[in-house]
Amino acid sequence: MTTEVLERKPSEKETRLQIIDCDIHPTMGSLSDLNPWLSQRWQQHIVTYGEFVRQGLSKTLSHPRMQPAVSRADAWPPNGGLPGSHLPFMQEQHLDANGVEYGVLQPLRPNGNSQRNLEFGAALSSALNEWQLAVWTGKDKRLKGSISVTQEWPEAAVKEIERHAGNADFIQVALPPRSSEPLGRRRYWPIYRAAVEHGLPIGLHVSGVNGHTSTASGSPSFYIEEHHHNVQSMQGLVTSFVLEGVFEEFPALKIVLIEGGFGWVPALSWRLDKHWAKMRDEVPHVKRPPSEYIREHVWYTTQPIEEPENPEHLIDLIDWIGWDRLLFSTDYPHWDFDDPHTVFKVKLTEAQKQQLFRGNAQKLYGLK
Amino acid sequence: MTLPLPQGAIDCDVHPSVPSTKALLPYFDEYWREAIIGRGIDRLNLDITSYPPGAPLSGRADWRPKQGNPGSDIELMRRQALDAFGSRFAILNCLHAAQIFHSEDMGAAFCRAINDWLAKEWLEREPRFRASIVVPTQSPELAVEEIERRAGDHRFVQVLMLAGDEMPLGRRHYWPIYRAAERHGLPIGIHAGSLYRHAPTPGGWPSYYLEDYVSYAGGFESTLLSLVAEGVFVKFPRLKVVFIESGFTWLPACLWRFEKTWRGVRSEIPWVDRPPAQIVRDHIRFTLQPIDEPPHPGQLELVLEQMGSDKLLLFSTDYPHWQFDGDAVLPRPLSGALARKILIDNPLDTYPRLAETVATGGKERVQ
Repeated sequence: MTTEVLERKPSEKETRLQIIDCDIHPTMGSLSDLNPWLSQRWQQHIVTYGEFVRQGLSKTLSHPRMQPAVSRADAWPPNGGLPGSHLPFMQEQHLDANGVEYGVLQPLRPNGNSQRNLEFGAALSSALNEWQLAVWTGKDKRLKGSISVTQEWPEAAVKEIERHAGNADFIQVALPPRSSEPLGRRRYWPIYRAAVEHGLPIGLHVSGVNGHTSTASGSPSFYIEEHHHNVQSMQGLVTSFVLEGVFEEFPALKIVLIEGGFGWVPALSWRLDKHWAKMRDEVPHVKRPPSEYIREHVWYTTQPIEEPENPEHLIDLIDWIGWDRLLFSTDYPHWDFDDPHTVFKVKLTEAQKQQLFRGNAQKLYGLK
Repeated sequence: MTLPLPQGAIDCDVHPSVPSTKALLPYFDEYWREAIIGRGIDRLNLDITSYPPGAPLSGRADWRPKQGNPGSDIELMRRQALDAFGSRFAILNCLHAAQIFHSEDMGAAFCRAINDWLAKEWLEREPRFRASIVVPTQSPELAVEEIERRAGDHRFVQVLMLAGDEMPLGRRHYWPIYRAAERHGLPIGIHAGSLYRHAPTPGGWPSYYLEDYVSYAGGFESTLLSLVAEGVFVKFPRLKVVFIESGFTWLPACLWRFEKTWRGVRSEIPWVDRPPAQIVRDHIRFTLQPIDEPPHPGQLELVLEQMGSDKLLLFSTDYPHWQFDGDAVLPRPLSGALARKILIDNPLDTYPRLAETVATGGKERVQ
């Protein structure tokens, strides 16, 4: 594996590109960073019991990653903190350097959404939201937060949404694709009702520890496989949203799939349509071909960008999905960062660039 | 859109159905016959969750017998699957509870009975039929015993497994099966469906059969990754794997992602020393039905181009499963030279025992 850092100066013309980056990861040093927003009980709980999740290792995943902190080698801030932990360095290295007009925060730890102790999970989620406001969006107006909720306790999740819904610093509700049950199931509908009432899309960034293996044959051996199965998580949840009739029940619901790719979308749509046509009597609440719901209700972030063997096929792929459905993202500071200047290996028109890098996100999230 | 088929097609996926456990009784040894009767197992309904017999997909309306489950009537299958498409051979893939029982011994006993039942009740009654050896994947050791027991009969042309098993199919646990298969010139056929040892999706258990069935394509994607990442084709360079009833329009996007991630983290699996797409194109084949085709003209052609090889598809009707209407098994873009490859050349390249039969004018070895 290469660990060298490539120097590449963007040309003057390229630096003028204004972008909305829909996937930026802010990091905290340790859970105690959340103490200002945790009760004495939960502060002590963290010290005594810590996180308690449905897997064998409580603080990391059992497929160790291939890079320290899953990050770019050059993303470690000079102050010695973790990549993504230091706002001034993030500004210098990414927000300013890459012309980021708005950046959508996707904090991944701690995962209040995956705790077995639901009360603890809800406390962590609330604290994480306050931390986003105090440490990030309050200090740089370009940054926008995602409301973390404990989806396995929908009442608490709805309260958390209502607590922040009027705050323009939050622009979506964050759910983990790997929740306890397929996300279209009725237990989660109160969350969708609240999101729709407050005009917030649901952002689904790859994450979640639900105790299910990532394949129908159990856990794969390698990170390269586990990483790929983010695609199957996304396929499963899209299928679930459509076939449970979520989009029939909530016609205004918008979902954003973050870091799950999009190359798989056409084939899944074709397969769903074909077999729905034969077995629609099992799901009479699904009134139209599944592909129509997907086309109307689902958005995708671009990173990690699809790389067809023939680069021109990317254009066909986006033609099939819709140019208005893709939201540019970098995944800063993670190792598989997409650089806005080099991400597309095919020529895009100015109008297409405008949509992908900025316009689609601006419209979806109502950013001025 | 219907095309006239060239004569001599090789149908790589048809499904005979065991009519009842009673029908298998003559093929069990004395211990198991007594156990099955004594425990009332012969009176249990052993329908598998992956294919509810009443579901529209499990039996096309005009392919259902008046009595019994779809695929249980040999006369009907002879007429509707073989005669109707002018097929020279059809490979019988028997889906059964045998691999689902938790007992390795019971699984092995049922697999032995099914394979002997296939030989006696199907292969001996219709010379165009070929069959896959059903093996107890619960125990690779017993699975190998079953392969050895049946491999001398060259009317058995493949070893059959399900895509959803205890473990990802690339794991070393299963390698004895692959070693035996490679030695005997038997491809490993991996069929859609699951033992349901694990939830079918990373997000848990879906509500609907339709949802499960759609998710089987993702299960094949997992299986493809596992076989390549674990180095199965490095260890067994002559092994061919056939994905059966997997769909294939998902393949290009799967390969793009796999290649991209492999370029980033290939040091994790250093034995994979060439691009995964090349390995897949050399070793994995896909049966034709279901096509899960795109709706607009030109799109299927583009998907075929993206698959990057005309050797990957093997003709199948998936009889009696309902994947197409009438005789529209081959859509327009799969015509001409490509059709001949799919119907005849690719299956002969994949199944050495069929090629041997063709080369010897139909005199395959039986024992």
